[in-house]
Amino acid sequence: MKGGWLRIYAIAYLVFLYLPVVLLPLFAFNDGTVMAFPLKGFTTQWFVQLAGIEALHGALLNSLFIALVTASLSVIFGICAARASTRYTFPLKAPIMGAIMVPLVLPEIIVAVSLLVVVVQVFDLPLSAWTVVAGHTLICTPFAIAILSSSFQGLDQSLEEAAIDLGETRWGAFKNIILPLVSPGIVASFLICFTISLDEFIIAFFLTGAEPTLPVYIWSQLRFPTKIPAVMALGTVMLVASLIILSVAEYYRRRGIARVGGTDSGGFL
Amino acid sequence: MTTDARRGLALISPTVVYVLLLLAAPLAAVVTFSFWTQDFLTIDRTLTLNNYREAFTDPIYRTLMLRSLTISGVVTVVTVVLAFPIAYFVSFQVHPSRKALWIFLITIPFWTSYLLRVFLWKVILGFNGVLNSGLLSLGLIDEPITFILYNANAVVITLAHAFAPFTILPIYVALEKIDRSLIEASQDLGESKVTTFFRVTLPLAMPGVIAATLIVFIPTIGDYVTPRLVGGPNGLMIANMIQTQFLKLNNAPMGATLAVLAMCAVTAISLVFVFFNRRYLR
Repeated sequence: MKGGWLRIYAIAYLVFLYLPVVLLPLFAFNDGTVMAFPLKGFTTQWFVQLAGIEALHGALLNSLFIALVTASLSVIFGICAARASTRYTFPLKAPIMGAIMVPLVLPEIIVAVSLLVVVVQVFDLPLSAWTVVAGHTLICTPFAIAILSSSFQGLDQSLEEAAIDLGETRWGAFKNIILPLVSPGIVASFLICFTISLDEFIIAFFLTGAEPTLPVYIWSQLRFPTKIPAVMALGTVMLVASLIILSVAEYYRRRGIARVGGTDSGGFL
Repeated sequence: MTTDARRGLALISPTVVYVLLLLAAPLAAVVTFSFWTQDFLTIDRTLTLNNYREAFTDPIYRTLMLRSLTISGVVTVVTVVLAFPIAYFVSFQVHPSRKALWIFLITIPFWTSYLLRVFLWKVILGFNGVLNSGLLSLGLIDEPITFILYNANAVVITLAHAFAPFTILPIYVALEKIDRSLIEASQDLGESKVTTFFRVTLPLAMPGVIAATLIVFIPTIGDYVTPRLVGGPNGLMIANMIQTQFLKLNNAPMGATLAVLAMCAVTAISLVFVFFNRRYLR
């Protein structure tokens, strides 16, 4: 067998990676409130309970709204930056791109704190879903740029030139030729940004107003042992939803790479 | 300026404006705040270094800062060292048609809610936790082990898990770029497999290792969830203090000072690290 010790190590590592993820559904279907083995018995009551928690529904709607707006904004900013950086050369390109990608390596608490200072202390505005959107867009845009850059990178520039030679305007060529070609990348980056925003806690906790986001709601529930099983059920539902969204994103990402004739390097990041 | 340059700048300007308004300007505000002081309910806007003096002299801030840097450093080393063999395995030993599957398998766990992942580590590592009950029932231990929860060890384990894909992927990408004929050439010229690894493969993979190191080290300093949930009183980090200053003590200037100091410390260490590894980045 190829690999030998490395393969054994790799499998052990996968066990380490999956350990918490496997426990999530186990405890979600466990008929008991204590998070320990042995498990008590099978129940779906925690999932049924989810349907009756109004605060949860509010938080979910709030999070979905934030994730939708964040993903839309990030993709628009991402298209601008990815297109500009792959198609054109302009002065200060490297430092500009570097500055845009900074949120990727900035500790999230710094983003949270700096926006909090500006919103609350400088402008004295109330915190709301929009302040969370502002923070999330900042950290999602670099991800959108990374995905979209690989879509734009593979484009054959002569396609666009041909369209312009044949009488299209510059905007028309972009809209009718370029956008359709990169649309899988757009869908993929939208879904990734959506998922990141939906799960983000550190920034949301600082910037959320009276209406909590889903992770902020979960955080508030973790203090109460009796609420934990329902939270596990919620986590299970969210995991399944995320996996569906990401599988769709992966499908579009691959189609996008195939469409522009590139080879797949695997993975999103 | 050429037409191309103008078009490029125009196209990128919305993104740049957004980053300037919502990142650069707020960061500048935080720096300004760090030189102001909280005077009960109002903010005293005379510029002073009082916050910095307090941050450097008060032992609690110093302890938290040093501990945060230590924990982040240990997390980084542990995560990168554990991740490298996986990236190497997938890049060099997995059949090309199955690489994407392995990468997918590695990334799936990270789409579980971050909060719940951290919480579940608490469940795993606890006194009556999954690990202890498992080891007890196997007869490997006689009584529950306690040194793995509510201390820095738990923080390291949990963060090493949280950042796994962010280290595996850059290293994997760097390994994938290595021209395999270089390795053959090295072995043809008399190097053993081990010396080939250290003299050819590892130096060529270093850009990925450096990227992975920075990707783990920098954000871990800003995490307050993991220390709060699994760290116990001796595992709290500077981000917990920043959060407390802003949200509980209502002392934004002190919080800003600590945030600035944390940011400077991380940046300085990262720059030194990159400087010492600069020969690999050419």
